[in-house]
Amino acid sequence: MRKVVITGVGVVSAIGNNAVDFWAALEAGRSGIGPITKLDASTLRFQNAAEVSGFDPTLHFDEKNLLWLDPFSYYGIVSAREAIADSGVEFNDDLRDRSGVITGSCLGGKMTEDELYYKLYAEGKQRHQPIAIPRAMSNAAASHVSMEFGLTGATFTTSTACSSANHAMGQAFWLIRQGTIDLAVTGGSEAPICFGHLKGWESMRVVSPDTCRPFSKDRSGMILGEGGAMFVMESLDAAKARGAKIYAEVAGFGMSADAHHLTMPLADGAAKAMRLALEDGGIAPEQVGYVNAHGTATPANDPMESQAIRKIFGAHADKVAVSSTKSMHGHTLGAAGAIEAAATLLAFHKNILPPNANFNEPDPECDIDVIANVARPAEIEAAMSNSFAFGGLNAVLAFRRYQT
Amino acid sequence: MSEETVAERVIRVFAKFKKMPPEDIKMDTSFEELGLDSLDGLNLIFELEEEFDLMVPDDKVQSMKSVAEVVEGIEWLLANPDQQPMNAAKPTA
Repeated sequence: MRKVVITGVGVVSAIGNNAVDFWAALEAGRSGIGPITKLDASTLRFQNAAEVSGFDPTLHFDEKNLLWLDPFSYYGIVSAREAIADSGVEFNDDLRDRSGVITGSCLGGKMTEDELYYKLYAEGKQRHQPIAIPRAMSNAAASHVSMEFGLTGATFTTSTACSSANHAMGQAFWLIRQGTIDLAVTGGSEAPICFGHLKGWESMRVVSPDTCRPFSKDRSGMILGEGGAMFVMESLDAAKARGAKIYAEVAGFGMSADAHHLTMPLADGAAKAMRLALEDGGIAPEQVGYVNAHGTATPANDPMESQAIRKIFGAHADKVAVSSTKSMHGHTLGAAGAIEAAATLLAFHKNILPPNANFNEPDPECDIDVIANVARPAEIEAAMSNSFAFGGLNAVLAFRRYQT
Repeated sequence: MSEETVAERVIRVFAKFKKMPPEDIKMDTSFEELGLDSLDGLNLIFELEEEFDLMVPDDKVQSMKSVAEVVEGIEWLLANPDQQPMNAAKPTA
């Protein structure tokens, strides 16, 4: 089977609208969480989120295209463009034929729907722009990227709540490894900051009133974030042939279902996905030096995930550095796996592990090595990026350092 | 017919939610005894919010784990109506 590598990274997030700014914030432990500005949140039980700021869609899209795009598509397309430019790949007809776009999104164009329903039910308007349906569909970002670059290989979108992007990237990885396609533009994007959706989160009572403190004893819940990250994933042979820069090898992918409860996660299910990812990549647990955790900072997730990490690594868990970068870019739902894979890949590239911000106090229930607040220099051999979704659906990617 | 007390209304909502006779629900009955997990509990609180037309703050929810605690919490919220943010915001997208 072919080896698969990442050769391009693109990010739009609350801590930077490109991979360079994104990394600078991660390295500094700078959080993008702050008061919600995109709507009046004064009547909500929470007022903070990790919003994308300084992003002007008119600088990226002409007027005609803007009409077709929900903000979740902005983030997907702009990060895809950055990843493709970063990879230096030049598409010809043969490569376009063998390249696909595989994305994750939990919500699709929720902002478009929210606006439509407000006009319909609250304002009593009977007409709406005819582009609402194609703008709101969850595969819109993938379709736009395929059209912009003329990529005609396997192209689709997975929607598995907070695991969406990891499921997407896992499929892209396997399709390239088995030779179905040669290259994928893959990742995820999400734009959840609209009132109707935030009300749903409010009623679930899992959003923090202040900030996101993963694994910290005083954690108080998750913080929603928006953005996207996309990658150029391709076969090692193709990357070598064109002398591309290689961030890391995508070594393994594992997925599982808890078959337990819609919202209460199970350590066995999480551990199973982690174990399968390592087995798929032929990675021994002792080779892993970093886990980018799902780490939502909810009471339920963090002890569960710590148990899963202990289960997989045993005593070696003491030597596995863990951080949840959601403490900085928020929980971007269907884009989470992608933005966190970007953090993980850049960690290989820079030989620095991003910290877990907002950490105040160790929790005996979370007995793992948390990278508290300050980035840690480390030349890791392998790393994992966890995503565990509502519905008990788990997806884990394993990456390995690429040695020339 | 005399007016229902808060406790009677709470027990009526509990009974309907659990599809059981109100007589089987006592003031000291806990969520756990009713077999409610955390998500069931949130749904029950939502039914109570609908019944009393109010919103229960997150910190109050933490202290509502039995019929008596729910009654106490609801009575406090009814006495403190300034805790009720109910207006919807207009989307800005």
